[in-house]
Amino acid sequence: MQEEIEISELRKLTEIVKEHRGYDFTNYAMSSFKRRILRVLELGKFSSVEQLIRKLKEEDGYINEFLEEITVNVTEMFRDPSFWRVVRDHIIPNILLNHNTVSIWHAGCSSGEEVYSMAILLKEMGILNKAKIIASDLDRTILERAKKGEYSIKNMDLNQKNYIRFQGVGNLSDYYTVSNGKAIMDKSLIEQVSFREHDLVRGMVFNKFDIVLCRNVMIYFNQTLQNEVLKKLHESLFKYGYLTIGSKESLIWCDIANKFIVVNNEEKIYKKIRE
Amino acid sequence: MSKFKYDIAFKAVVIGGSAGSFQGITRMLSEIPDDFEIPIIMCLHRLKHVRNGFVEALSLKSIRPVVEPYDKEPIKKNKIYLAPSNYHMSVELGNTFSLSTEDMINNSRPAIDVTLSTAAYVYKSKCVGILLSGANKDGALGMKRIKDRGGVTIIQDPTECMIATMPEAAMAITEIDHVLDVQNIISYLKGLNKYLKGIKV
Repeated sequence: MQEEIEISELRKLTEIVKEHRGYDFTNYAMSSFKRRILRVLELGKFSSVEQLIRKLKEEDGYINEFLEEITVNVTEMFRDPSFWRVVRDHIIPNILLNHNTVSIWHAGCSSGEEVYSMAILLKEMGILNKAKIIASDLDRTILERAKKGEYSIKNMDLNQKNYIRFQGVGNLSDYYTVSNGKAIMDKSLIEQVSFREHDLVRGMVFNKFDIVLCRNVMIYFNQTLQNEVLKKLHESLFKYGYLTIGSKESLIWCDIANKFIVVNNEEKIYKKIRE
Repeated sequence: MSKFKYDIAFKAVVIGGSAGSFQGITRMLSEIPDDFEIPIIMCLHRLKHVRNGFVEALSLKSIRPVVEPYDKEPIKKNKIYLAPSNYHMSVELGNTFSLSTEDMINNSRPAIDVTLSTAAYVYKSKCVGILLSGANKDGALGMKRIKDRGGVTIIQDPTECMIATMPEAAMAITEIDHVLDVQNIISYLKGLNKYLKGIKV
């Protein structure tokens, strides 16, 4: 197994991917990106970065497999239960004071756990039919998985624990059936959700939202790219809309931090106050 | 005359610990000099879903408060850092932290191997790695990386460890510069600080 990759090799790889496949990893955070590439080398039994580069260049279909391995798709339902309580008890009610509907964007939705968490939350509030939800990711394989909503039973244990801490009104198991070791989510939960292939790095701003959830996504970007993406997220929000990021992310070092105010520092919920 | 030789201005002291390491850590943090200026970067195994409490407990007797850094937070002198729960913590070129939610490694997130290996990569020979008591092999590979890049490796004396699996795993795969009990790790760190302050050791 290869243990280390030279920065020059990584640069060459990102250049090829950019030029031939249209995805730009140039400004991904170096340490995690390197780990992901090492993982791809190991899983694909590549003997060198050079060999991987050749495959990316020559095999048209391989990019999808590559994207699936390179993006981090570890997530949970109701991750940080206290965050979801604040969304339910404060954020959504606040939006409904001024709007009849709630528009939500899950930016970088991965395998969809957060999308289902939101749908369950809205359903328990009795307003799922008032919501318009977009869930996007750059990896189309993982989007398909999100749409399918089938999760290993093994993971449901943790999801269930989170749901209990979230203090939902029922039981997480009310929202899925079990078959072949999988929890199959209730399809009616995602009737209001449109899944869409979208790359935060190169994609355009496509709509305005009341809430943008982008939790633990920008941690994979370097500071330069974080700034660029944050600009897009800012543009995608209505004035006084909410941006939520991961519990250990911060806007402090970002150029346009002053266009937001902190609504809840513990849960990392921000409100857009300036265009 | 110190029993340790110092000839490098280290940029970071990186500490890994798991089961049985809490007491040793709190002793170190309380007994190192108040003006200890090299950043201390700690990755300790901890409960995944308890976000609060641990850093407060570590801070109680520490010479200064322990902080859980945010993603992309610059690493500074005179600071003591702790990997936050449920995130891997890496050191990046440019001397900042970055966090990640990648899969668990060695059944752990944060994983000590991640913090130690990335620190080794960035600080090269200017890194001190310390591995304490623990019940699995997380951290062993990270210690090897530190040694391979020319840094200094220290493990807690296995006879003093509550559970010696972790330091022994490191010893099995790489050269360890010093096998020390907690008291002597503290002496080592004191000497390091003195050396940095330009005082004759």
